[in-house]
Amino acid sequence: MRFSGLRVLKEGLTGNKGWAAHWRDATPKPEYDAVIIGGGGHGLSTAYYLARNHGMTNIAVLEKGYLGGGNVGRNTTIVRANYFLQGNSEFYSHSLNLWEGLEEDLNYNVMHSQRGLINLFHSDGQRDAFARRGNMMLNQGDDAILLDRDGVRKHLPYLDFEQTRFPIYGGLYHPRGGTARHDAVAWGYARGASDRGVDLIQNCEVTGIDIEGGVVKGVQTTRGPIRAKKVGIVVAGRSGQVAAMAGRRLPIESHVLQAFVTEGLKPVIDHVISFGMGHFYISQSDKGGLVFGGDLDFYASYAQRGNLPMKEHVMEAGMTLMPMIGKARVLRSWGGIMDMTPDGSPIIDRMEGVDGLFIDCGWNYGGFKAVPASGWCMAHLMATGQPHEVAAKFRMDRFRTGVGLMDEEGTGSQHNLH
Amino acid sequence: MRLTCPQCGERDRREFYYVGDAVALERPAPDAGDEAWEAYVHLRDNPAGETRDLWYHEAGCGAWLVVTRNTVTHAVLDVVLASDVKGGGA
Ligand SMILES: Cc1cc2nc3c(=O)[nH]c(=O)nc-3n(C[C@H](O)[C@H](O)[C@H](O)COP(=O)(O)OP(=O)(O)OC[C@H]3O[C@@H](n4cnc5c(N)ncnc54)[C@H](O)[C@@H]3O)c2cc1C
Ligand SMILES: [Zn+2]
Repeated sequence: MRFSGLRVLKEGLTGNKGWAAHWRDATPKPEYDAVIIGGGGHGLSTAYYLARNHGMTNIAVLEKGYLGGGNVGRNTTIVRANYFLQGNSEFYSHSLNLWEGLEEDLNYNVMHSQRGLINLFHSDGQRDAFARRGNMMLNQGDDAILLDRDGVRKHLPYLDFEQTRFPIYGGLYHPRGGTARHDAVAWGYARGASDRGVDLIQNCEVTGIDIEGGVVKGVQTTRGPIRAKKVGIVVAGRSGQVAAMAGRRLPIESHVLQAFVTEGLKPVIDHVISFGMGHFYISQSDKGGLVFGGDLDFYASYAQRGNLPMKEHVMEAGMTLMPMIGKARVLRSWGGIMDMTPDGSPIIDRMEGVDGLFIDCGWNYGGFKAVPASGWCMAHLMATGQPHEVAAKFRMDRFRTGVGLMDEEGTGSQHNLH
Repeated sequence: MRLTCPQCGERDRREFYYVGDAVALERPAPDAGDEAWEAYVHLRDNPAGETRDLWYHEAGCGAWLVVTRNTVTHAVLDVVLASDVKGGGA
Protein backbone atom coordinates (compact mmCIF):
# COMPACT_ATOMS: atom_id res chain seq x y z
CA MET A 1 0.00 0.00 0.00
CA ARG A 2 1.53 3.29 -1.09
CA PHE A 3 0.44 6.70 0.14
CA SER A 4 -0.24 9.51 -2.31
CA GLY A 5 -2.35 12.64 -2.48
CA LEU A 6 -4.68 10.91 -4.91
CA ARG A 7 -5.08 7.94 -2.58
CA VAL A 8 -5.91 10.19 0.38
CA LEU A 9 -8.53 11.95 -1.74
CA LYS A 10 -10.06 8.69 -2.95
CA GLU A 11 -10.19 7.20 0.56
CA GLY A 12 -11.67 10.39 1.90
CA LEU A 13 -14.49 10.21 -0.63
CA THR A 14 -15.18 6.50 -0.08
CA GLY A 15 -15.33 6.37 3.72
CA ASN A 16 -11.67 5.50 4.37
CA LYS A 17 -12.46 1.79 4.05
CA GLY A 18 -9.49 0.89 1.86
CA TRP A 19 -6.64 1.43 4.35
CA ALA A 20 -4.84 -1.73 5.45
CA ALA A 21 -2.52 -2.42 8.41
CA HIS A 22 0.81 -0.70 7.85
CA TRP A 23 2.96 -3.67 8.79
CA ARG A 24 2.77 -7.41 9.55
CA ASP A 25 2.63 -8.55 13.18
CA ALA A 26 4.94 -11.56 12.70
CA THR A 27 5.44 -14.74 14.75
CA PRO A 28 9.01 -15.86 15.47
CA LYS A 29 10.80 -18.27 13.15
CA PRO A 30 13.37 -20.66 14.72
CA GLU A 31 16.33 -18.94 13.05
CA TYR A 32 17.37 -15.65 11.43
CA ASP A 33 20.53 -14.21 9.91
CA ALA A 34 20.25 -11.40 12.44
CA VAL A 35 17.95 -10.31 15.25
CA ILE A 36 17.61 -6.82 16.68
CA ILE A 37 16.60 -6.65 20.34
CA GLY A 38 14.33 -3.61 20.87
CA GLY A 39 11.58 -2.17 18.68
CA GLY A 40 12.15 1.51 19.38
CA GLY A 41 13.24 4.10 16.82
CA HIS A 42 16.82 2.86 16.65
CA GLY A 43 15.96 -0.86 16.46
CA LEU A 44 13.42 -0.28 13.68
CA SER A 45 15.72 1.98 11.65
CA THR A 46 18.55 -0.56 12.04
CA ALA A 47 16.31 -3.28 10.65
CA TYR A 48 15.11 -1.04 7.83
CA TYR A 49 18.63 -0.11 6.69
CA LEU A 50 19.89 -3.71 7.07
CA ALA A 51 17.24 -4.63 4.51
CA ARG A 52 17.44 -1.51 2.34
CA ASN A 53 21.20 -0.88 2.23
CA HIS A 54 22.62 -4.36 2.79
CA GLY A 55 19.97 -6.72 1.40
CA MET A 56 19.60 -8.55 4.71
CA THR A 57 15.92 -9.49 4.86
CA ASN A 58 15.97 -12.72 6.88
CA ILE A 59 16.01 -10.71 10.09
CA ALA A 60 13.70 -9.93 13.00
CA VAL A 61 13.07 -7.14 15.50
CA LEU A 62 12.15 -8.50 18.95
CA GLU A 63 10.16 -6.08 21.12
CA LYS A 64 9.12 -6.90 24.66
CA GLY A 65 6.06 -4.62 24.60
CA TYR A 66 4.54 -2.95 21.56
CA LEU A 67 6.47 -1.23 18.77
CA GLY A 68 7.15 2.38 19.61
CA GLY A 69 6.06 2.09 23.26
CA GLY A 70 9.44 3.19 24.62
CA ASN A 71 11.27 6.47 24.35
CA VAL A 72 10.58 6.83 20.66
CA GLY A 73 6.96 7.55 21.60
CA ARG A 74 7.79 9.60 24.69
CA ASN A 75 10.22 12.25 23.50
CA THR A 76 9.70 15.90 22.68
CA THR A 77 10.60 15.32 19.02
CA ILE A 78 13.36 17.87 18.48
CA VAL A 79 15.49 17.21 15.41
CA ARG A 80 18.68 19.27 15.00
CA ALA A 81 22.33 19.16 13.93
CA ASN A 82 23.98 21.74 16.19
CA TYR A 83 26.67 19.62 17.81
CA PHE A 84 30.11 20.98 18.46
CA LEU A 85 32.63 18.15 18.73
CA GLN A 86 34.11 16.18 15.89
CA GLY A 87 32.63 12.72 16.12
CA ASN A 88 29.21 14.06 17.02
CA SER A 89 29.00 16.79 14.32
CA GLU A 90 29.46 14.56 11.30
CA PHE A 91 27.07 11.98 12.72
CA TYR A 92 24.21 14.38 13.49
CA SER A 93 24.81 16.18 10.21
CA HIS A 94 24.38 12.86 8.38
CA SER A 95 21.24 12.23 10.41
CA LEU A 96 19.69 15.58 9.48
CA ASN A 97 20.45 14.90 5.81
CA LEU A 98 18.64 11.58 6.14
CA TRP A 99 15.70 13.30 7.87
CA GLU A 100 15.38 15.67 4.94
CA GLY A 101 14.84 12.77 2.54
CA LEU A 102 13.05 10.45 4.95
CA GLU A 103 9.43 10.98 4.00
CA GLU A 104 10.14 10.34 0.35
CA ASP A 105 12.33 7.34 1.14
CA LEU A 106 9.74 5.77 3.46
CA ASN A 107 6.69 7.02 1.51
CA TYR A 108 5.41 8.01 4.94
CA ASN A 109 4.41 11.34 6.42
CA VAL A 110 6.53 11.74 9.55
CA MET A 111 5.51 15.42 9.75
CA HIS A 112 9.14 16.57 9.72
CA SER A 113 8.87 20.31 10.21
CA GLN A 114 12.01 22.45 9.85
CA ARG A 115 10.57 25.36 11.77
CA GLY A 116 13.93 26.51 13.12
CA LEU A 117 15.55 26.11 16.51
CA ILE A 118 16.76 29.06 18.60
CA ASN A 119 19.18 28.51 21.48
CA LEU A 120 19.13 31.56 23.75
CA PHE A 121 22.16 33.09 25.43
CA HIS A 122 22.33 35.47 28.38
CA SER A 123 25.89 36.76 28.77
CA ASP A 124 28.91 37.84 26.71
CA GLY A 125 30.71 34.60 27.55
CA GLN A 126 27.79 32.53 26.38
CA ARG A 127 27.59 34.59 23.18
CA ASP A 128 31.23 33.73 22.45
CA ALA A 129 30.58 30.05 23.07
CA PHE A 130 27.56 30.07 20.75
CA ALA A 131 29.45 31.99 18.05
CA ARG A 132 32.08 29.27 18.21
CA ARG A 133 29.47 26.52 18.09
CA GLY A 134 27.83 28.24 15.11
CA ASN A 135 31.15 28.29 13.27
CA MET A 136 31.62 24.59 13.96
CA MET A 137 28.16 23.93 12.54
CA LEU A 138 28.96 25.95 9.40
CA ASN A 139 32.26 24.09 9.01
CA GLN A 140 30.32 20.85 9.15
CA GLY A 141 28.14 22.09 6.29
CA ASP A 142 25.08 22.80 8.39
CA ASP A 143 23.39 26.14 9.03
CA ALA A 144 23.71 28.58 11.91
CA ILE A 145 22.94 32.29 12.30
CA LEU A 146 23.97 34.32 15.33
CA LEU A 147 21.12 36.62 16.36
CA ASP A 148 21.42 39.64 18.62
CA ARG A 149 18.63 40.63 20.97
CA ASP A 150 16.63 42.44 18.29
CA GLY A 151 17.12 39.52 15.96
CA VAL A 152 15.59 37.20 18.55
CA ARG A 153 12.82 39.71 19.23
CA LYS A 154 11.75 39.54 15.60
CA HIS A 155 11.21 35.80 15.84
CA LEU A 156 10.07 35.52 19.45
CA PRO A 157 8.43 38.83 20.48
CA TYR A 158 6.62 37.22 23.42
CA LEU A 159 9.70 36.36 25.50
CA ASP A 160 10.54 38.37 28.62
CA PHE A 161 13.79 39.96 27.40
CA GLU A 162 14.38 42.14 30.46
CA GLN A 163 14.03 39.51 33.16
CA THR A 164 16.52 40.16 35.93
CA ARG A 165 17.72 36.57 36.34
CA PHE A 166 18.68 35.77 32.72
CA PRO A 167 18.22 38.82 30.47
CA ILE A 168 18.25 37.67 26.84
CA TYR A 169 21.33 38.79 24.88
CA GLY A 170 20.59 36.88 21.69
CA GLY A 171 20.36 33.41 20.25
CA LEU A 172 21.93 30.90 17.89
CA TYR A 173 19.41 30.23 15.14
CA HIS A 174 19.50 26.84 13.36
CA PRO A 175 16.89 27.18 10.57
CA ARG A 176 17.04 23.50 9.56
CA GLY A 177 16.27 22.39 13.12
CA GLY A 178 12.71 21.48 14.01
CA THR A 179 10.43 18.64 15.02
CA ALA A 180 8.83 15.46 13.65
CA ARG A 181 5.91 13.28 14.68
CA HIS A 182 7.64 10.68 16.89
CA ASP A 183 5.15 7.79 16.53
CA ALA A 184 5.05 8.23 12.78
CA VAL A 185 8.83 7.78 12.64
CA ALA A 186 8.51 4.41 14.39
CA TRP A 187 5.56 3.37 12.21
CA GLY A 188 7.22 4.54 8.99
CA TYR A 189 10.39 2.57 9.64
CA ALA A 190 8.34 -0.43 10.82
CA ARG A 191 6.34 -0.39 7.60
CA GLY A 192 9.44 0.04 5.44
CA ALA A 193 11.20 -2.87 7.16
CA SER A 194 8.13 -5.12 7.14
CA ASP A 195 7.55 -4.49 3.41
CA ARG A 196 11.11 -5.67 2.77
CA GLY A 197 10.49 -8.93 4.63
CA VAL A 198 11.68 -8.10 8.14
CA ASP A 199 9.71 -9.87 10.92
CA LEU A 200 8.49 -7.42 13.57
CA ILE A 201 7.69 -9.46 16.68
CA GLN A 202 5.91 -7.84 19.61
CA ASN A 203 5.36 -9.13 23.16
CA CYS A 204 8.66 -10.94 22.81
CA GLU A 205 11.04 -10.13 25.64
CA VAL A 206 14.62 -11.29 25.31
CA THR A 207 15.58 -13.04 28.55
CA GLY A 208 18.98 -14.46 27.63
CA ILE A 209 21.73 -14.28 25.03
CA ASP A 210 23.28 -17.57 23.94
CA ILE A 211 27.04 -17.44 23.53
CA GLU A 212 29.26 -20.46 22.82
CA GLY A 213 33.04 -20.27 22.65
CA GLY A 214 32.94 -16.49 22.27
CA VAL A 215 30.43 -16.59 19.39
CA VAL A 216 26.80 -15.47 19.63
CA LYS A 217 24.32 -18.23 18.75
CA GLY A 218 20.95 -16.64 19.40
CA VAL A 219 18.61 -15.45 22.13
CA GLN A 220 16.15 -16.82 24.66
CA THR A 221 12.79 -15.06 24.64
CA THR A 222 9.37 -15.23 26.28
CA ARG A 223 8.22 -16.70 22.94
CA GLY A 224 10.89 -19.39 22.86
CA PRO A 225 14.53 -19.61 21.75
CA ILE A 226 15.55 -17.99 18.47
CA ARG A 227 18.85 -18.80 16.76
CA ALA A 228 20.70 -15.99 15.03
CA LYS A 229 24.12 -15.45 13.46
CA LYS A 230 24.18 -11.83 14.54
CA VAL A 231 22.49 -10.06 17.42
CA GLY A 232 22.13 -6.30 17.89
CA ILE A 233 21.23 -4.86 21.30
CA VAL A 234 19.22 -1.66 20.74
CA VAL A 235 17.23 -1.23 23.94
CA ALA A 236 17.96 2.36 25.10
CA GLY A 237 17.18 2.67 28.84
CA ARG A 238 17.30 -1.12 29.31
CA SER A 239 20.81 -1.51 27.88
CA GLY A 240 22.28 -2.42 31.28
CA GLN A 241 19.94 -5.38 31.79
CA VAL A 242 20.35 -6.79 28.30
CA ALA A 243 24.15 -6.40 28.29
CA ALA A 244 24.18 -8.27 31.62
CA MET A 245 22.69 -11.26 29.73
CA ALA A 246 26.01 -11.34 27.86
CA GLY A 247 27.93 -10.91 31.12
CA ARG A 248 28.80 -7.27 30.42
CA ARG A 249 28.64 -4.06 32.42
CA LEU A 250 28.21 -0.83 30.48
CA PRO A 251 29.24 2.78 31.09
CA ILE A 252 25.55 3.59 31.46
CA GLU A 253 23.26 4.72 34.25
CA SER A 254 19.52 4.92 33.53
CA HIS A 255 17.76 8.13 34.54
CA VAL A 256 14.24 9.46 34.16
CA LEU A 257 13.51 12.49 31.96
CA GLN A 258 10.10 14.12 32.14
CA ALA A 259 8.10 16.08 29.59
CA PHE A 260 4.83 18.01 29.59
CA VAL A 261 2.08 19.02 27.20
CA THR A 262 -0.66 21.61 27.56
CA GLU A 263 -4.18 21.61 26.18
CA GLY A 264 -4.38 22.39 22.46
CA LEU A 265 -4.03 26.10 21.65
CA LYS A 266 -4.12 28.20 18.50
CA PRO A 267 -0.67 28.60 16.89
CA VAL A 268 1.47 30.74 19.18
CA ILE A 269 5.02 29.31 19.18
CA ASP A 270 6.42 28.91 15.67
CA HIS A 271 9.93 27.69 16.55
CA VAL A 272 11.70 25.33 18.88
CA ILE A 273 13.10 27.45 21.72
CA SER A 274 15.87 26.25 23.98
CA PHE A 275 16.51 28.18 27.20
CA GLY A 276 19.57 26.36 28.44
CA MET A 277 20.23 28.52 31.47
CA GLY A 278 16.77 27.74 32.80
CA HIS A 279 16.91 24.08 31.72
CA PHE A 280 13.79 24.59 29.66
CA TYR A 281 12.78 24.07 26.04
CA ILE A 282 9.49 24.30 24.20
CA SER A 283 7.74 23.88 20.87
CA GLN A 284 4.12 23.60 19.76
CA SER A 285 2.77 20.41 18.26
CA ASP A 286 0.59 20.39 15.16
CA LYS A 287 -2.34 19.50 17.42
CA GLY A 288 -1.70 22.78 19.27
CA GLY A 289 -0.29 21.46 22.54
CA LEU A 290 2.74 23.24 23.94
CA VAL A 291 5.32 20.49 24.37
CA PHE A 292 8.03 21.32 26.87
CA GLY A 293 10.56 19.85 29.22
CA GLY A 294 13.70 20.39 31.18
CA ASP A 295 16.40 18.41 32.87
CA LEU A 296 16.71 14.89 34.18
CA ASP A 297 15.38 14.21 37.66
CA PHE A 298 19.06 13.45 38.39
CA TYR A 299 19.09 10.08 40.10
CA ALA A 300 19.15 6.56 38.69
CA SER A 301 15.56 5.48 37.93
CA TYR A 302 13.59 2.97 35.90
CA ALA A 303 10.21 4.49 36.73
CA GLN A 304 8.64 6.02 33.64
CA ARG A 305 7.44 8.90 35.77
CA GLY A 306 9.29 11.61 37.63
CA ASN A 307 9.10 13.53 40.85
CA LEU A 308 7.46 16.86 41.72
CA PRO A 309 10.58 19.04 42.26
CA MET A 310 11.55 18.81 38.58
CA LYS A 311 7.98 19.59 37.52
CA GLU A 312 8.05 22.70 39.65
CA HIS A 313 11.47 23.69 38.31
CA VAL A 314 10.36 23.33 34.69
CA MET A 315 7.17 25.36 35.25
CA GLU A 316 9.16 28.11 36.97
CA ALA A 317 11.62 28.30 34.08
CA GLY A 318 8.75 28.49 31.59
CA MET A 319 7.17 31.36 33.54
CA THR A 320 10.51 33.18 33.66
CA LEU A 321 11.03 32.93 29.93
CA MET A 322 7.52 33.57 28.65
CA PRO A 323 5.03 34.67 31.30
CA MET A 324 2.17 34.15 28.83
CA ILE A 325 2.58 30.41 29.31
CA GLY A 326 0.91 30.78 32.71
CA LYS A 327 -2.45 31.00 30.94
CA ALA A 328 -2.09 27.53 29.41
CA ARG A 329 -3.21 24.45 31.33
CA VAL A 330 -0.99 21.39 31.56
CA LEU A 331 -2.75 18.34 30.19
CA ARG A 332 -0.26 15.55 30.86
CA SER A 333 3.24 14.79 32.05
CA TRP A 334 5.24 11.60 31.59
CA GLY A 335 8.74 10.22 31.79
CA GLY A 336 11.11 8.01 29.83
CA ILE A 337 14.16 6.00 30.84
CA MET A 338 17.33 7.52 29.43
CA ASP A 339 20.52 5.55 28.79
CA MET A 340 23.02 8.09 30.14
CA THR A 341 26.74 7.74 29.38
CA PRO A 342 29.36 9.56 31.47
CA ASP A 343 30.48 11.78 28.57
CA GLY A 344 26.97 12.31 27.18
CA SER A 345 27.80 10.74 23.80
CA PRO A 346 26.56 7.45 22.34
CA ILE A 347 28.02 4.01 21.58
CA ILE A 348 27.67 2.05 18.33
CA ASP A 349 30.15 -0.80 18.55
CA ARG A 350 30.93 -4.50 18.57
CA MET A 351 30.69 -6.16 21.95
CA GLU A 352 34.36 -6.89 22.52
CA GLY A 353 35.08 -10.61 23.00
CA VAL A 354 31.77 -11.90 21.56
CA ASP A 355 31.71 -12.48 17.79
CA GLY A 356 28.44 -11.42 16.19
CA LEU A 357 27.20 -9.34 19.12
CA PHE A 358 26.71 -5.59 18.62
CA ILE A 359 25.36 -2.75 20.72
CA ASP A 360 23.81 0.63 19.96
CA CYS A 361 23.09 2.64 23.12
CA GLY A 362 23.97 5.66 25.23
CA TRP A 363 21.62 8.10 23.51
CA ASN A 364 21.12 10.12 26.66
CA TYR A 365 18.24 12.58 26.19
CA GLY A 366 18.98 13.24 22.54
CA GLY A 367 18.45 10.05 20.58
CA PHE A 368 15.30 10.90 18.62
CA LYS A 369 17.12 13.08 16.09
CA ALA A 370 19.67 10.26 15.80
CA VAL A 371 17.15 7.60 14.73
CA PRO A 372 17.98 7.68 10.99
CA ALA A 373 21.78 7.86 11.26
CA SER A 374 21.97 5.43 14.16
CA GLY A 375 20.06 2.79 12.19
CA TRP A 376 22.16 3.57 9.13
CA CYS A 377 25.45 3.13 11.02
CA MET A 378 24.38 0.19 13.20
CA ALA A 379 23.19 -1.64 10.06
CA HIS A 380 26.53 -0.89 8.40
CA LEU A 381 28.41 -2.24 11.42
CA MET A 382 26.30 -5.41 11.70
CA ALA A 383 26.42 -6.13 7.97
CA THR A 384 30.07 -5.35 7.25
CA GLY A 385 31.75 -5.73 10.65
CA GLN A 386 33.23 -2.25 10.24
CA PRO A 387 32.06 0.98 11.87
CA HIS A 388 30.51 3.48 9.47
CA GLU A 389 32.75 6.54 8.96
CA VAL A 390 30.34 9.01 10.55
CA ALA A 391 30.01 6.85 13.67
CA ALA A 392 33.66 5.86 13.87
CA LYS A 393 34.17 7.70 17.16
CA PHE A 394 31.27 6.06 19.01
CA ARG A 395 33.50 3.37 20.48
CA MET A 396 33.09 1.71 23.84
CA ASP A 397 36.81 1.56 24.65
CA ARG A 398 37.03 5.35 25.03
CA PHE A 399 35.76 4.84 28.57
CA ARG A 400 38.70 2.56 29.39
CA THR A 401 41.46 4.48 27.64
CA GLY A 402 40.09 7.99 28.13
CA VAL A 403 41.03 8.68 24.51
CA GLY A 404 38.19 10.05 22.40
CA LEU A 405 35.76 10.94 25.18
CA MET A 406 33.21 13.33 23.65
CA ASP A 407 31.91 15.67 26.32
CA GLU A 408 29.90 18.34 24.47
CA GLU A 409 29.17 20.26 27.65
CA GLY A 410 32.75 20.25 28.85
CA THR A 411 31.72 19.25 32.36
CA GLY A 412 33.74 16.05 32.71
CA SER A 413 33.17 12.38 32.03
CA GLN A 414 31.21 11.47 35.14
CA HIS A 415 27.79 9.87 35.52
CA ASN A 416 26.04 12.64 37.43
CA LEU A 417 27.13 15.50 35.18
CA HIS A 418 25.09 15.13 31.99
CA MET B 1 10.94 11.64 47.08
CA ARG B 2 12.14 12.35 50.61
CA LEU B 3 15.31 11.07 52.23
CA THR B 4 15.72 10.54 55.97
CA CYS B 5 19.11 11.91 56.92
CA PRO B 6 20.38 10.09 60.05
CA GLN B 7 21.34 13.48 61.47
CA CYS B 8 18.63 15.85 60.26
CA GLY B 9 15.58 13.62 59.84
CA GLU B 10 13.20 13.42 56.86
CA ARG B 11 13.98 16.07 54.25
CA ASP B 12 12.93 17.09 50.75
CA ARG B 13 14.96 15.54 47.94
CA ARG B 14 16.02 19.04 46.83
CA GLU B 15 18.29 19.36 49.86
CA PHE B 16 20.48 16.56 48.54
CA TYR B 17 23.03 16.32 45.74
CA TYR B 18 23.14 12.98 43.93
CA VAL B 19 26.60 11.58 43.23
CA GLY B 20 25.76 8.15 41.84
CA ASP B 21 26.43 4.51 42.58
CA ALA B 22 28.06 3.89 45.97
CA VAL B 23 30.95 2.30 44.08
CA ALA B 24 32.32 5.82 44.56
CA LEU B 25 33.38 4.70 48.05
CA GLU B 26 35.66 1.99 46.65
CA ARG B 27 38.37 4.00 44.94
CA PRO B 28 41.08 1.75 43.47
CA ALA B 29 44.79 2.27 44.08
CA PRO B 30 46.37 4.79 41.67
CA ASP B 31 48.29 2.01 39.92
CA ALA B 32 45.42 -0.51 39.86
CA GLY B 33 45.32 -0.40 36.05
CA ASP B 34 42.88 0.93 33.46
CA GLU B 35 40.33 -1.87 33.88
CA ALA B 36 39.95 -1.22 37.61
CA TRP B 37 39.68 2.50 36.96
CA GLU B 38 37.15 2.06 34.15
CA ALA B 39 35.05 -0.10 36.48
CA TYR B 40 35.24 2.58 39.16
CA VAL B 41 34.68 5.69 37.07
CA HIS B 42 32.42 4.49 34.28
CA LEU B 43 30.98 0.94 34.39
CA ARG B 44 27.77 0.43 36.35
CA ASP B 45 25.50 -2.49 37.33
CA ASN B 46 22.63 -0.06 36.76
CA PRO B 47 20.05 -2.35 38.41
CA ALA B 48 16.29 -2.13 37.83
CA GLY B 49 15.41 -2.71 41.48
CA GLU B 50 17.43 -2.26 44.62
CA THR B 51 20.49 -0.03 44.36
CA ARG B 52 22.91 1.71 46.71
CA ASP B 53 23.94 5.21 45.87
CA LEU B 54 25.81 8.11 47.34
CA TRP B 55 24.13 11.43 48.17
CA TYR B 56 25.41 14.58 49.83
CA HIS B 57 23.23 16.53 52.27
CA GLU B 58 24.17 19.80 50.67
CA ALA B 59 21.48 22.04 52.15
CA GLY B 60 21.58 20.30 55.53
CA CYS B 61 24.30 18.90 57.73
CA GLY B 62 26.80 18.36 54.89
CA ALA B 63 27.08 14.61 55.51
CA TRP B 64 27.72 12.05 52.77
CA LEU B 65 25.00 9.39 52.81
CA VAL B 66 24.66 5.88 51.43
CA VAL B 67 21.05 5.46 50.31
CA THR B 68 19.52 2.06 49.55
CA ARG B 69 16.52 2.53 47.27
CA ASN B 70 14.45 0.91 44.59
CA THR B 71 14.98 2.40 41.14
CA VAL B 72 11.64 1.06 39.86
CA THR B 73 9.31 2.17 42.67
CA HIS B 74 11.41 5.06 44.04
CA ALA B 75 10.95 3.60 47.56
CA VAL B 76 13.77 4.62 49.91
CA LEU B 77 14.75 1.60 52.01
CA ASP B 78 17.67 2.79 54.11
CA VAL B 79 19.88 5.82 54.65
CA VAL B 80 23.17 5.61 56.58
CA LEU B 81 26.14 7.89 57.03
CA ALA B 82 28.87 7.11 54.52
CA SER B 83 31.41 7.51 57.31
CA ASP B 84 29.76 4.55 59.11
CA VAL B 85 30.06 2.45 55.96
CA LYS B 86 33.56 3.43 55.05
CA GLY B 87 35.08 4.49 58.36
CA GLY B 88 37.05 7.69 58.79
CA GLY B 89 35.99 11.12 57.61
CA ALA B 90 34.34 11.83 54.29
C1 LIG C 1 10.82 13.06 27.84
C2 LIG C 1 11.82 12.81 26.76
C3 LIG C 1 12.13 13.81 25.85
C4 LIG C 1 13.06 13.59 24.84
N1 LIG C 1 13.26 14.57 23.91
C5 LIG C 1 14.09 14.36 22.86
C6 LIG C 1 14.20 15.34 21.84
O1 LIG C 1 13.52 16.39 21.86
N2 LIG C 1 15.07 15.11 20.81
C7 LIG C 1 15.82 13.98 20.75
O2 LIG C 1 16.61 13.84 19.83
N3 LIG C 1 15.70 13.00 21.70
C8 LIG C 1 14.84 13.16 22.75
N4 LIG C 1 14.69 12.18 23.70
C9 LIG C 1 15.54 10.96 23.64
C10 LIG C 1 15.02 9.88 22.69
O3 LIG C 1 13.64 9.69 22.88
C11 LIG C 1 15.78 8.57 22.96
O4 LIG C 1 17.17 8.81 23.01
C12 LIG C 1 15.53 7.52 21.87
O5 LIG C 1 14.16 7.40 21.57
C13 LIG C 1 16.08 6.18 22.34
O6 LIG C 1 16.12 5.21 21.33
P1 LIG C 1 14.88 4.26 20.94
O7 LIG C 1 13.87 5.05 20.21
O8 LIG C 1 15.41 3.10 20.22
O9 LIG C 1 14.35 3.84 22.40
P2 LIG C 1 13.04 3.09 22.84
O10 LIG C 1 11.85 3.55 22.07
O11 LIG C 1 12.98 3.16 24.31
O12 LIG C 1 13.34 1.60 22.35
C14 LIG C 1 13.92 0.57 23.12
C15 LIG C 1 12.98 -0.62 23.05
O13 LIG C 1 13.62 -1.78 23.57
C16 LIG C 1 12.64 -2.58 24.18
N5 LIG C 1 13.28 -3.54 25.08
C17 LIG C 1 13.93 -3.28 26.24
N6 LIG C 1 14.37 -4.43 26.79
C18 LIG C 1 14.00 -5.44 25.96
C19 LIG C 1 14.17 -6.85 26.00
N7 LIG C 1 14.80 -7.47 27.01
N8 LIG C 1 13.66 -7.57 24.97
C20 LIG C 1 13.00 -6.97 23.94
N9 LIG C 1 12.81 -5.64 23.86
C21 LIG C 1 13.30 -4.87 24.86
C22 LIG C 1 11.77 -1.55 24.89
O14 LIG C 1 10.49 -2.09 25.23
C23 LIG C 1 11.73 -0.41 23.90
O15 LIG C 1 10.57 -0.46 23.06
C24 LIG C 1 13.75 12.34 24.74
C25 LIG C 1 13.43 11.34 25.65
C26 LIG C 1 12.47 11.55 26.64
C27 LIG C 1 12.12 10.43 27.59
ZN1 LIG D 1 21.72 15.87 57.19
